[in-house]
Amino acid sequence: MSYKVTEEGNISTVHLDGEIDMDVTEKAKEVIFPVIDSGKEVHLNLSQVQYMDSSGISVLIESHQRALEKNTKVIIKDVSKSVLKVIMMAKLEQILNLE
Amino acid sequence: MSSPAAMDIVQEKRFLVRSSSLKDIRSFAREVFDKLSLNHEIKEEIVLAIAEAAQNIVKHAYKDFPDTDDKMLLQIKCNNGKLEIGFFDMGRPVDPTKVKHREIDNVKPGGLGTFFIQEIMDSIDFKDGGKPWINHLVLTKQL
Repeated sequence: MSYKVTEEGNISTVHLDGEIDMDVTEKAKEVIFPVIDSGKEVHLNLSQVQYMDSSGISVLIESHQRALEKNTKVIIKDVSKSVLKVIMMAKLEQILNLE
Repeated sequence: MSSPAAMDIVQEKRFLVRSSSLKDIRSFAREVFDKLSLNHEIKEEIVLAIAEAAQNIVKHAYKDFPDTDDKMLLQIKCNNGKLEIGFFDMGRPVDPTKVKHREIDNVKPGGLGTFFIQEIMDSIDFKDGGKPWINHLVLTKQL
């Protein structure tokens, strides 16, 4: 997995690239959580993520819940069809902020 | 709707019981399913189920042995359109009665892997692995 973080105004966008599984979840958290903790609105761009397993879904849930605790929000952007299918299988499409 | 498997097949491969093996496990499964001419959607669903089962071996059967050099055996069989996926490992014995997913409406991290496997596959069975194996998990799906 690789990543890039961009800033625009009060929005930080984390671009993730690759397959998100148990092997990379700690790295994903290390990238995403500090951005959430900064208090900015966080956009998670998943357009380059073609595979995500339950560990990756857990990162999305943790990010969402962490953002609520910090009075900000995480918006998941440009989800690929394959990842959206996993999100829907977990019945999270109404819980997570998807755009 | 599933695509019919074009041929019967038996393929197996051993992988180190580490999270770093998950990518190789997915690659192996995709190669086998390409030989079976499964459509992309079904292929990726079953790859997810396989990866979740393998992840459970790393996370649970080998919970206290993250640096093990043990290998798990992944066996993929297809016969008359019935897919049978076997996992053999030498980790802590699994108590099938304790293999449960979390309540799906109770949104919290974790506990989804087994739910995904149940959603994707037709059956999940724990069998006697036979020596030297301890656990033998079998997932099936009619294609």
